[in-house]
Amino acid sequence: MSSTSRGRLSLKVGAILFAASLALTACGATVNDSPASPDTSAGTDASPTENAGGGDLSITFIPKQLNNPYTDVVLGGGKKGAEEAGFTTSNVVGPLDASASSQVSFINAETQAGTSVIVIAANDPDAVCAALKEARAGGAKIVAFDSDANPDCRDVFVSQVVAKDVATIQLEMISEQIGGKGDIAILSATANATNQNEWIKFMEEELASNPDYKDIKLVSKVYGDDDDTKSFQEAQGLMQANPNLKGIISPTTVGIAATARYLSTSEYKGKVALTGLGLPNEMRSFVKDGTVKEFALWDPAQLGYVSAYAGKALADGTITGKSGDKFTAGDMGEREVGENGIIIVGPPVRFNADNIDKYDF
Amino acid sequence: MTDTLTPVAAPPALSATRGAISRTLASRPALMTYILLVLLILASTMVPRFAQPRTATFLLLDVVATLLMAMPMTLVMITGDIDLSVASVAGLSSAVMGVLFTGGMPFGGVVLICLLVGLACGLFNGLFTAYVGLPALAVTIGTLALFRGLALVVIGDNAVSNFPPAASAYATGSFGATGIPLVMLPVGLIIVAFAVVLHMTPFGRTLFAMGHSMEAARFVGVNTKRARLLTLMSSGLVSALAGVFWTLRYSSARSDNATGLELVVIAAVVLGGVSVFGGKGSIWGSVCGVLIIGVINYALRLNRIPEVVLVTITGLLLIISVVAPSVVASWSAWRHRRRRAREIDSTITTAGALSA
Repeated sequence: MSSTSRGRLSLKVGAILFAASLALTACGATVNDSPASPDTSAGTDASPTENAGGGDLSITFIPKQLNNPYTDVVLGGGKKGAEEAGFTTSNVVGPLDASASSQVSFINAETQAGTSVIVIAANDPDAVCAALKEARAGGAKIVAFDSDANPDCRDVFVSQVVAKDVATIQLEMISEQIGGKGDIAILSATANATNQNEWIKFMEEELASNPDYKDIKLVSKVYGDDDDTKSFQEAQGLMQANPNLKGIISPTTVGIAATARYLSTSEYKGKVALTGLGLPNEMRSFVKDGTVKEFALWDPAQLGYVSAYAGKALADGTITGKSGDKFTAGDMGEREVGENGIIIVGPPVRFNADNIDKYDF
Repeated sequence: MTDTLTPVAAPPALSATRGAISRTLASRPALMTYILLVLLILASTMVPRFAQPRTATFLLLDVVATLLMAMPMTLVMITGDIDLSVASVAGLSSAVMGVLFTGGMPFGGVVLICLLVGLACGLFNGLFTAYVGLPALAVTIGTLALFRGLALVVIGDNAVSNFPPAASAYATGSFGATGIPLVMLPVGLIIVAFAVVLHMTPFGRTLFAMGHSMEAARFVGVNTKRARLLTLMSSGLVSALAGVFWTLRYSSARSDNATGLELVVIAAVVLGGVSVFGGKGSIWGSVCGVLIIGVINYALRLNRIPEVVLVTITGLLLIISVVAPSVVASWSAWRHRRRRAREIDSTITTAGALSA
């Protein structure tokens, strides 16, 4: 008797829990940005082909992981782009951890949902490949953004910037700020950081070859390991070792913030120029107090924005992902698909006292 | 004497069979089956797109690794031990697989060596637990980190992905229109093998005995050390196999594969009725536990429920599955006590009335 009543109880508990979770589902479904549309989840037996072929276009963003501040800005731009581009439904799903395999079940769920466009930042280029191929077989278009998937399993890859552009914009800024001559130094992340080293290599080449920079001399390269304290100490050391230093380039957000903090409290404030790649929210006070005149970074929101438009162009058949295809990305104008299906969002944005308050990331 | 006994003997025998059947129907594994079926029916009717062959493919592929690891875990936990290193063994086996295959070794040989690596990991856990006498919890927390570290040493930050297409196709393929993954065949055989060992052999009975009391089992002549070693070795072996499957399914051999899976496995096994104190559990219950968690996750994910909610629900389910039986037990004990008290009360009253 007691064992049967226990049985009934557990059964009830199970059913209640599941019903509760399904009730949550209903709330979840209203979160998506469809203003007033018969969204895809309403149709019980909506088959993928119906969705892909019909007027109702849906887009789903799968970032590397959720709850990451940078990702949130990218996705904010994505939502805006998706709305403007004319998607009826836009969703964001994704894992809590950025492990290689964690995205696969989300791709599978989207395949089953018959989503027209999947925009993904791949945690592992190959781990997501089979699942993406299956999604494509079901009619979905795949846009990789931020971090590329294997080119065999996506239609296009939307990349933030070209490495060379990042290098040149930093040189332009430092040259403007120090009047085109003098000693400069670089305060980078770690000694083997792939991105930073690529940019530094381009900067060195440009300094050696471009006559505009013939009076600028790179005297030192130091590494703050993307650690706030270490970067601060390296900045301090840099000034003591090179009294004639006119400017510092820090191509990393941690480095530029720490260096700015050091300079703002030292006698070099306003005398030694500092530029590089920084986050507007971290740098705002240093721009306002005159420590930093101008720095740069790409606008992550633009990445999401262009990805959404690229997805729309693919779904409409305007582009197929081959080199030379062109489409219009809303306010940002025309973009062209390059080699290997890569679309470049654009040059980095320069932030200074005039525009910094317009950005929040 | 015999005359009077024969007629009354028949009904008890009948009711004994009936009792056995109703006991089976109300047992924990049966309960888990009902819950699983109710979930499947609810999901099919309430979740759009759930009732498709594709669901079978994706859902089962999602749970294969957990399902595999849950089998030896059931045995290990029934004896009163635990193996927290399962996911790390899978990671190590994945890393070894990547490195050996890039090194040019034939695929069959690579898989064999991966399985041997798993067996060695299990042997390591087993020796320290059974023969050195350290608690399995402590040993496998250590090897959880150790094996993951070794995986990183073996393959570093690299990822290997160019495995034979036929092997990857087998790991992700399914039986035509049914949607049931091809790998379910070997997985099914492994489940049956574990069920036979646990429920139909003397060895299986000794595992339950050990879970109830290691001392008592030893005194009745069970070779407890050997049994603990064997269960932990089976855990290493099957976890390595799960690692091989994981690598092929995601066509990516990396050191961080299957990270954190040990907790999912233990959660599923406990949900399936295995006692964390040992001595209780069944293979079918664990299979249901894995599938229940799999179905809930899958159905909710289809509806794009945020991952945070999913994790919360799994956690709640687990707590309820552990707490519910003891709540029910103490409730029926309380009812029993009250009934007894009332009986005693009434006896006293009648006795009082009589004496008065």
